[in-house]
Amino acid sequence: MRPAARGRSRRGVAGAAALLVTAGTLAACGSDGGGASTLTWYINPDAGGQAEIADRCTEAAGGRYTIETALLPRDAASQREQLIRRLAANDNSIDLMSLDPPFIPEFAQAGFLAPVPEDVAEAVTEDVVDSAVEGSTWDDELVAVPFWANTQVLWYRESVAEAAGLDMSEPVTWEQIVQAAEETGTLVGAQGTRAESLTVWFNALIESAGGEIITDPSPEDPAQIELGLTSDAAVRAAEVMQMVAESDAAGAAFSTSNEDSTATGFESENGGFQVNYPFVYPRALGAAEAGTLDPSVPEDYAATIYPRVDEDEPAAPPYGGINLGVSAFSESPELAYEAAECIVSDENQAYYFVTNGNPASSTAVYDDPEVLEAFPMAPVIRESLELAAPRPQTPYYNEISVGIQRSYHPPSAVDPGETGEQASELINAVLAKEDLL
Amino acid sequence: MSTTTLPPTKKTEPKSAPKAAISDRARSERKLGWLLAGPAFLVMLLVTAYPILQATYESLFDFRLTDPENRSFVGLSNYWVILTDSLWWQSIGVTAFITVVTVAVELVLGFALALVMVKALRALRPVLRAAILIPYAVITVVSAFAWQFAFDIQSGFVNSWFAWLPGVSENTDWFGDRWTALLVICLAEIWKTTPFISLLLLAGLAQVPEVLQEAAKVDGATRWQRMWRVTLPNMKAAIMVALLFRTLDAFRVFDSIFIMTNGANGTESVSFLAYRQTIARLEIGLGSAVSVLLFLAVVLIAFSFIKLFRVDLSQARGE
Repeated sequence: MRPAARGRSRRGVAGAAALLVTAGTLAACGSDGGGASTLTWYINPDAGGQAEIADRCTEAAGGRYTIETALLPRDAASQREQLIRRLAANDNSIDLMSLDPPFIPEFAQAGFLAPVPEDVAEAVTEDVVDSAVEGSTWDDELVAVPFWANTQVLWYRESVAEAAGLDMSEPVTWEQIVQAAEETGTLVGAQGTRAESLTVWFNALIESAGGEIITDPSPEDPAQIELGLTSDAAVRAAEVMQMVAESDAAGAAFSTSNEDSTATGFESENGGFQVNYPFVYPRALGAAEAGTLDPSVPEDYAATIYPRVDEDEPAAPPYGGINLGVSAFSESPELAYEAAECIVSDENQAYYFVTNGNPASSTAVYDDPEVLEAFPMAPVIRESLELAAPRPQTPYYNEISVGIQRSYHPPSAVDPGETGEQASELINAVLAKEDLL
Repeated sequence: MSTTTLPPTKKTEPKSAPKAAISDRARSERKLGWLLAGPAFLVMLLVTAYPILQATYESLFDFRLTDPENRSFVGLSNYWVILTDSLWWQSIGVTAFITVVTVAVELVLGFALALVMVKALRALRPVLRAAILIPYAVITVVSAFAWQFAFDIQSGFVNSWFAWLPGVSENTDWFGDRWTALLVICLAEIWKTTPFISLLLLAGLAQVPEVLQEAAKVDGATRWQRMWRVTLPNMKAAIMVALLFRTLDAFRVFDSIFIMTNGANGTESVSFLAYRQTIARLEIGLGSAVSVLLFLAVVLIAFSFIKLFRVDLSQARGE
């Protein structure tokens, strides 16, 4: 009797627990029964700016929707992996996504993005820098909402440029800054680590030399994609890459340098030049304020347009940033697009620029006095965005980027005459599914 | 009299005796065993056999996660692609290197720690065991980050603390070269899993009969002779089980590589290769084939240990 009674009581407890769990899960899944719809926005990690914008838009919505944020992994590649796995399983818990532009064609081609309504498309592309619109477009259609547009500029220490006698009011080349750094015993920072940032650097070099990584995108058949890695421009890009990495200005950790470690190197006493995103400036100001960096260091910071590969050809700086995608499996795509319009408003972009150091895609923001005060180099960033060249647009971007990283890393081992050929063979074999990556 | 009756009994005993034993008490024990282990066995089937079969099935297809409509049967073609690719063999080499180095060092260190735990004062033993177990309780990703930060050229302390060592200076970029990166990966693995091997060896040490040690001592055996002639032979089974478990574990190394180098400079392991094809490249078919080959390698290792070295897994339970 006793064991049986205990068994029943255990079953009862287990049943009650199961009911509670089920009820809780159902409540979490459902909407609020006529109340505000909850939109989930998957954001990339930042300094809290996107969460604040979500709160602002929730307030502005007047109860029509509430935006909740969910944090994605640190790097762009892992963000893509998580989102794709969820979307491939038709996960309807995602409404809005912060997407890195080079992965947008893959999401669009797979049917993971809800179509952008015409009126929204018109509103969100008005007075927006070209590179951001291009980065949100696939197959001649706008598939995402331009949010913030990042670009790399050439950061330099005014004292170092002056000591080297370099006229920074004129465009400079990679050769010039490496020579100046060697003369002054300082460093040239670039992202030489085997990661997406290496492809960003290589793409900027090849585009600056007048070439491109993909010459024929062939979206339907990846095996037919044609690469421009053996062109003269690609050889020239490889030459510059190797020249920088092999120089005394590269520093000991060049082959493992990412954006953060490049910024740290630039903050050190032998910092001279670096190509990097605008976040490095608020980062240095914050460190000075926190007392971990001498305040004279950020005062010495200045920015100009990305270095040229060839003296006579304008540079094509990297384009990055984040655009907003609305999931095709969202239960409220209309509300999600309404929320996206709020998120990318000029006020929110200005707020994000000033507080998080992430430049706006809207041109109007660059005239905002608050932005100009926080970022004296804002006009340079805007000009850089106009010159910027996006990375190759293809649904197979991951294969191409990882193939480039495998072939061009470490940058000091690049052989300008050979590496392009090897990279082309590898990437073509991978796209034809004949090789591992 | 007795000589006429005994021989037939002797002949039949080996065959009939065990059968008779199985038919009564052992049979009911076996049944009870199945009843007790059955649910766990079913759960194991569900969580291990099902994914293995699913992966084996997927490995026969050309299947990209973002393009399910164009999925097609390709037979063993994925396996051909893998086995003819130099990257696969390079990854096998890296994995084997990490496995051999880490398991060998862990065995020696683990044995030393087990001896310390056995010989420690009774009052110190619980504290000592807890202290030795701490690294094993740390999540591998966290441990990998800790080791990466320690050896990082900018934020790490290793370069400044050990600059007096030959080959180490302020400018040593540990993750910029294949062998130094593998060294740090191996160190992190050794730090993390030596406690596991030492616990298994501690159980083996506890099983060595004290009476044998005393007899050897009486016979005048030195400490070293007692170790080689008495302790080690008596805990051979425990050592082999510890080696088997750690080798299987080490062969699947992933976390430390993912965090520290992300596969750069030729540090990709087989697990990392499976991750890159399946998760990053979204090629479910090709990635599944890599996973199946990894599984077969692990099965081969387990089979070799059990058959070649005659590891008796029941020794791990102290039977």
